[in-house]
Amino acid sequence: MPGLGSAQRWAAAAGRWGCRLLALLLLVPGPSSASEITFELPDNAKQCFYEDITQGTKCTLEFQVITGGHYDVDCRLEDPDGNVLYKEMKKQYDSFTFTASKNGTYKFCFSNEFSTFTHKTVYFDFQVGEDPPLFPSENRVSALTQMESACVSIHEALKSVIDYQTHFRLREAQGRSRAEDLNTRVAYWSVGEALILLVVSIGQVFLLKSFFSDKRTTTTRVGS
Amino acid sequence: MALLLLLGQLLALMGHGGAFYLEVRELEEKCFIQEIPDGIVVIGNYKTELYDPAMEKYQPSPQWINLFVFVKDPENKNLLAQQYGPQGSFTFTSQSPGEHQICLHLESIRFALFYDGKLAIHLDMQLGEHTNDYAEFAAKDKLTQMHLRVQQLVEQVELIQKEQEYQRWREERFRQTSESTNQRVLWWSILQTFILVATGVWQMQHLKSFFKAKKLV
Repeated sequence: MPGLGSAQRWAAAAGRWGCRLLALLLLVPGPSSASEITFELPDNAKQCFYEDITQGTKCTLEFQVITGGHYDVDCRLEDPDGNVLYKEMKKQYDSFTFTASKNGTYKFCFSNEFSTFTHKTVYFDFQVGEDPPLFPSENRVSALTQMESACVSIHEALKSVIDYQTHFRLREAQGRSRAEDLNTRVAYWSVGEALILLVVSIGQVFLLKSFFSDKRTTTTRVGS
Repeated sequence: MALLLLLGQLLALMGHGGAFYLEVRELEEKCFIQEIPDGIVVIGNYKTELYDPAMEKYQPSPQWINLFVFVKDPENKNLLAQQYGPQGSFTFTSQSPGEHQICLHLESIRFALFYDGKLAIHLDMQLGEHTNDYAEFAAKDKLTQMHLRVQQLVEQVELIQKEQEYQRWREERFRQTSESTNQRVLWWSILQTFILVATGVWQMQHLKSFFKAKKLV
């Protein structure tokens, strides 16, 4: 009888550990990540980024042009077979959500080839899958206490606050870039116009004087 | 239980490290910008790979390919200028708020020519509460799960607070630029009117004396 009891306990323990391990392994199928990057795109240049995505993962690509020219850029997203999932020309900002239909390397490119001399600063945020939970050993089935679920919802809310702050910062950077552009343009224009005014007004006087000087020589010649 | 947690964290990290990658050539410099407030820790996890034309795919880089990382703060001061191995992570803390430039380039430290070698840099930059290693906190301070969750929320709120302070600083700069533009436009209008009137008067006087000299008036 005691032998059976210990065997049972053993089986139960093994079963528990097996379940935990299985739960762990089930949690690691698709890599999930959120990468947000700001980079500079020189004129006539194209920059491509690649990411390996597993099938069925929901992904979101969001981009915004912060500084440069007319604040627009070409964007293109391709799946592993080369099919174009998203293609827009001269867009200032956009957001695109898709579900990966096959495994492989997805490629997205930003192009500034239409611009001859302005280089652009582009921000993009590529979210693949959901954010991993804080404790990898928990799965969606495990019950959370009220405190824990309150913490999770606060965490989600704060994440969206940070997201909105980022968007606000980008908009403000764009506005500030335009304001600084305007400031330098006003400075150059003022100096330029002052010079033009002076040159034209002095030139006018001397040109007028030259008309009358020629007339005088001809009249004296006729007179004599 | 702790061992399982650690193992889980390791597995999650490996899975999480699947960030995007970009293709570069040797010595080609790629720069990124991070606009952050001061006192923020930024961690960049990277992995480099070398394209193998025989197998037509990327393989992990050999040890003699190194990554050079240069980080410049908004005042153009060097925060970080270091050489790292083919994979690992680099970290820096911002001292002043503003745009930080992070430039990377790959170099082979032995004198091997790379004729057409294609390289890939996998990059994942994290800041704020994502830089915390919760498994380490739990092990070191023996904190409960609840405590760790609250710690994560505290870090998030601190990041929001720092960002708000930075926002106030930026808004002041924006206001200064706008007021400077306003002043310049105002002074320029006054100056332009003055120049116009002065040149008009000078023109009239000059021409009058000229015509008087020519005995036409």
